[in-house]
Amino acid sequence: MKLPVALRLSPRWAPYVFISPFLILFIVFGLFPLLFSLTLAFVTWEPTRGLAAMKFVGFENFTFALTDEWFWKSLKNTGWLALASGVPQHLVAIPLAYFIHSSFKRLRDGVVGAYFLPYITSTVAIAIMFSSLFSTDFGLINVGLEVLRQVPGLGWLLPEGRIDWLGKPDNVKPAVSLIVFWRYVGFNVVLYLAALQTIPKDLYEAASMDGAGRLQQFWFITLPSLRPMIYFGVTLSVIGGLQLFEEPFILTGGRGGSDQAGMTSAMYLYRTAFDFNDFGTASAMSWLLFVVVAVLTWMTNRAFRPRGPSA
Amino acid sequence: MPRTTSTHPTHQTRGSTTRPVILAIGLLAAVLTQQAQAQQTLTVAAFPAVDEIVKSAIPAWKAKHPNVEIKVVSRQFTDHHTAMTTALSTSSYLPDVMALEIGYVGRFAQSGGLEDLAGSAYGVQKFKSQFVSYAYDQATSRSGSVAAVPADIGPGTLLYRTDILAKAGVTEAELTKSWDSYVASGVKIKAGTGAYLMAHARDIKDILIRTGIQPGEGLYLDSQSRVLVNTPRFVRAFELARKVREQKLDAKIAAWSNEWGEGFKRGTLTTQMTGAWLAGHLNNWLAPSTKGQWRAAQLPEGAWAAYGGTFYAIPKAAPAANKALAWELIQLMTLNRDVQTSAFKAQDAFPALLSTHNDAFFDQPIEFLGGQKARVLWRDASRHIKAVSVHELDAFAEEVVNTELDKVLDQGKDIPTALADAQKLLERRARR
Repeated sequence: MKLPVALRLSPRWAPYVFISPFLILFIVFGLFPLLFSLTLAFVTWEPTRGLAAMKFVGFENFTFALTDEWFWKSLKNTGWLALASGVPQHLVAIPLAYFIHSSFKRLRDGVVGAYFLPYITSTVAIAIMFSSLFSTDFGLINVGLEVLRQVPGLGWLLPEGRIDWLGKPDNVKPAVSLIVFWRYVGFNVVLYLAALQTIPKDLYEAASMDGAGRLQQFWFITLPSLRPMIYFGVTLSVIGGLQLFEEPFILTGGRGGSDQAGMTSAMYLYRTAFDFNDFGTASAMSWLLFVVVAVLTWMTNRAFRPRGPSA
Repeated sequence: MPRTTSTHPTHQTRGSTTRPVILAIGLLAAVLTQQAQAQQTLTVAAFPAVDEIVKSAIPAWKAKHPNVEIKVVSRQFTDHHTAMTTALSTSSYLPDVMALEIGYVGRFAQSGGLEDLAGSAYGVQKFKSQFVSYAYDQATSRSGSVAAVPADIGPGTLLYRTDILAKAGVTEAELTKSWDSYVASGVKIKAGTGAYLMAHARDIKDILIRTGIQPGEGLYLDSQSRVLVNTPRFVRAFELARKVREQKLDAKIAAWSNEWGEGFKRGTLTTQMTGAWLAGHLNNWLAPSTKGQWRAAQLPEGAWAAYGGTFYAIPKAAPAANKALAWELIQLMTLNRDVQTSAFKAQDAFPALLSTHNDAFFDQPIEFLGGQKARVLWRDASRHIKAVSVHELDAFAEEVVNTELDKVLDQGKDIPTALADAQKLLERRARR
């Protein structure tokens, strides 16, 4: 069936029409919120008063956020969690990927899949599951510790009594980092496995001819060849770690736990907007957080970026 | 020339046949929406339980207004209030009537997004004497405007396990005589049965900071935004909470967590200070197996407090044509005896309408509470409760106070320093 001429798309407009679905979605859900939050960062706004109630205040929101005790506390929490969950991810994922790469042949896909599963599972489901595992009186983890304590010789290593995982400020952060670590280690394994497959076999062959052992091969061939992927993986961990929100939010019931020990910056700015009704300061904080993410990503780039042979 | 002009118009007609089609569709859509408007629909936004109450009132509404449909938009509790915040801020998708939990009434009212129901078009003040007085006052601002009408209330009560008390040899009188005797009873209960007195030490702080509020004061700030946190009211609340924690009388669990429900089921929690509605939740799903073992008492030391409550409001920016009907619907929901009483019976929504308070239902024994006629007790409580005026910083202030209490309970921070720090943090916000 031929379309009437009036309905035909002229070649002049066709490209714009074809690209418009993306552009429209990007403008509505990407660009507009971005610009709106930039505007909000410079105004005070009580949202329920309506859009007309915005008042320009210049940099006041930024100075307030920068002198806000809790904003710094949330940044410290975020940094702690990003380090404690991020560093082990890579320290474990690289050897693990190497191990899977060299030791599994037929079962490989199954093993990788098992490690990858937490990554594709809903964060909310994971957080709910872990909050019941971490339960002080009824949680599996404390029950497990109780059993271990009965083992002769292990008792003195483990703390007395039940551990209040999510109630005590000292325990919230390790608990949250453990979950984040568990969730993303598989993702990093997949990254590193992909990179391992691109390392030419003859490098290893030549090395073994020269008498290099497995450890030496790992240290002098595998690791340097993984460098670009490490850069990529660490960058993702830095960005993801600094934007951490769902896991601590659900585990601590939205409050951040006792003394807000698990309150990340993303959580604090969310609460500032939606619980404390201060959208201006919250937007300013989100832009400050963006600056932190940008600076740290740049530093990651400096540290890990692939260098030419001269470097 | 004439030939070209003759072919050209055929193109034009072909092209223009599509245009009338589009026009027709547009017109049809316009007509359809027009018709829908002619039939008139009132939109009510609500959260669980309240949505059921509105739905069950539809037959009564239809009897009066057969041509006006009621559309209930239901969301989960938090989602509902977030959606209402968004709707008010953008003035779009506003319902004609919105149900609001008390915690949001003040916040929305202060921002001026809700109709003043004391205005000439509504005149809610002529019904004032028909409502539980504190509930009406809760929605009234200092200038006398009324942002919402109370539908149900949550008179505070102390629920306790009579079997655990008996085992520990503690009487109800000991439990409720004073706050000190309440804590002392907790020590006896812990020693005798191993059960905790309460879920979290925060609970006792929450009620104590609500007692003894002077006229003109708010909970955390007064009408001039002066911070009231470093006052004897807070010192006592913090001291008692610390005592509870030191004696290991609280289970350190938050309300509505899994552990909380489990504690009720297993009988590790002896008492809970709460709204009267919790008895219904315990019976329906939290711990039905503990039926008959619970009793209700007034709060210790003659404290009176409200725990929650539902209100109906009309957004200012809602369609003007529907406002008169919306007001009529609110009157049906809040001033109609039958609607209020059946909501109480079906959904445990304690009525804010005084004329329902002498219904025979109040004198009926509650099976879950071992046949106690607790509704009479709660009715009595509803007469004593005073409304506390709200401040826009209340949500933030609560977080500040809770965090400082965490430091006192978990890290041994001393109370004067904790309260001074809380005062400082709050003053910083209040000055903005």
